[in-house]
Amino acid sequence: MLMKEKSRIMDKNGLVRTLTRMAHEILEKNKGTEDLVIVGVRTRGAVLAERLAALMEDIDGYKPPVGVLDITLYRDDLSSIAQQPVVHKTEIDFDIQDKKVILVDDVLYTGRTIRAALDEIVDFGRPLFIQLAVLLDRGHRELPIRADYVGKNIPTSLKETVEVRLQETDGVDEVVVMENME
Amino acid sequence: MSLLKEELQRNMNKPEADKASLKKAAWVRKDLLGLQELSREELELILSTAESFKEVISREIKKVPTLRGKTVVNLFYEPSTRTRTSFEVAAKRLSADVINISTDSSSVRKGETLIDTGKNIEALKVDIIVVRHNYSGAAAMLARNVHASVINAGDGWHEHPTQALLDIFTLKEKLGRIEGLNVSIVGDIAHSRVARSNIWGLTKLGANVTVCAPPLLIPVSIEEMGVKVTSDVEEALKDADAVNVLRMQFERDTENAFPRQLEYFKNYGITVDRLKHAKKNILVMHPGPINRGIEISSEVADGANSVILEQVTNGIAVRMAALFLVAQAHDQLRSKARTRGAKKI
Repeated sequence: MLMKEKSRIMDKNGLVRTLTRMAHEILEKNKGTEDLVIVGVRTRGAVLAERLAALMEDIDGYKPPVGVLDITLYRDDLSSIAQQPVVHKTEIDFDIQDKKVILVDDVLYTGRTIRAALDEIVDFGRPLFIQLAVLLDRGHRELPIRADYVGKNIPTSLKETVEVRLQETDGVDEVVVMENME
Repeated sequence: MSLLKEELQRNMNKPEADKASLKKAAWVRKDLLGLQELSREELELILSTAESFKEVISREIKKVPTLRGKTVVNLFYEPSTRTRTSFEVAAKRLSADVINISTDSSSVRKGETLIDTGKNIEALKVDIIVVRHNYSGAAAMLARNVHASVINAGDGWHEHPTQALLDIFTLKEKLGRIEGLNVSIVGDIAHSRVARSNIWGLTKLGANVTVCAPPLLIPVSIEEMGVKVTSDVEEALKDADAVNVLRMQFERDTENAFPRQLEYFKNYGITVDRLKHAKKNILVMHPGPINRGIEISSEVADGANSVILEQVTNGIAVRMAALFLVAQAHDQLRSKARTRGAKKI
C-alpha cells in the first residue's frame, strides 16, 4: 500500500497544548482527582494516559493511578485482520470498584476498540462511571460510542489514515494524515 | 506504571533487527505438534503470549471472551488428570466449550481407528482437538487428516510440547532468561516425551542441557540433540541452574530396564543431601505426578527450591496461549481461503 503524507495536524507544541487542555477539562468535569483513575489502551493510548496523569499532577498536585489495557483478547475481528496482533499484558494494579475511570486512546474511529476496552474494564470490577478521552476523533463510527473529551476533530475520508507519533514509542511528537495513493 | 515505561525503554533500545524479528514473529500453524519443528521466534512468541495469559488467570474474573463459540475436544487415549484438567481449565478461561472423551468409555473400545474418531469429532463442528496417544506420531497423523486444529498433549515417547513449554516458561519467569542456563534433566530419558520436548525447546533457546539417567535409560545417539550425557547424578547437579526430575514410568512396562525402585532412589533420587553440592538456588522441577521416595524425596519436593506447583499454574497460561494461537491461525487460514475462493468466481 502506497501511503503519502497529506497534512500535518499537530506538532510537539500543539500536542502539549491539546493534552494540557484535556487534563484541565477532565479535572474540571470531575472536580479534581478524587477517585479518579486513568486507563490507556495499548500502545499509544497508554502513553497518552501517562502524560495526562503527569499533567494532572502539575495542575492538582496529585497523580491519579494509571493502568494499561491490552484489548486483543476482546477483539471481534481476530480472524479478519491481516496482521496478527501480538497479545500483550493488561496492567491494572489498582482496584477500579466505584472509581471514576478515564479511558484514554489516541484515535477514535469505528468505536470497536472502545467497545472491547469497555468489556475488558468491567471484568475488573464495577466502576462508578467510565469517561472516554481521545486525542483525535476522525469520524466513521460503526457503533454508538462518543468521546467525553476530544483533543481535535478531524474529518477524514476512508482512504486516509491518521498516524499519532509519540516520543516514547516513535521518537517524535506529531500527528499526520496519510493518504492511500492506490 | 513504571512497568510500561521500562517496556517502552527496552523496545526503544533494541537494535532494529530485533524489532523487525519481533514484528515478523507470527503464528501460522493450525496445529501444535511438537517443539522440534518450531523456530526460536515461534517459541518466544508462545512464551510471551503465555505471559499475558498469566495476568488474565490472576484476575478476579479469570475469563476472557476470546474463544467464545469455539469447541475444544480433549481426546485422551492414555489416562491423564493433570494435563486434561489443565487443558480444560485453559479452554474455559478463554470461553470455549469443552468436551472430554476418554477412550475407555468410547467407541475406540469397539475398534474405531484414530482417524475415524477424529473425523467423527470434526463432524460435530469441533474447532480444536487436544489429543494424547500412546503411539509416537499419532497427533501428526490426526492433524493431516482433519481440518480442525490439533494440539499434541503427548504422543508415545515422541513429544509433549505444552509440558516442555510450561517448564521453560517457569524457568524464564524464575530466572529471567533461558539463554546460557544450565538445565539438567534427570530420569528415564529413553521413554520420556517430556525430556525430548524440553531438549528441543531449551537448546533452541540457547540453554545448556545435560541429561542424566542409568545407562540403560539413555537412548543411543542422544548427544546428537546437542546435550551432554552423564550417568552421575552429582555431576548433573553440580553446575545446574535447574533440574527437571522426570517421573519413573512404571506403567510403561519397562521395569526390567532399570534397577529396582529403591536402588534407583539410592543412586539417582534427588535428595537434600545431593542438593547440598548443587547451587544454593537451584530450581527443582517435576512434570508430575510425583513418586515420592523414588525419583525425588519429600523434603525436596516440598522444599524451598521446588517450583512444582507453580509449574501447574503456569501450565494453564501456556495452554491458553497454545489454544489461542492455533485458533487464531486456523481462522486466518480459513478466511484467506475464502477470499481466494471468492476471487476465482
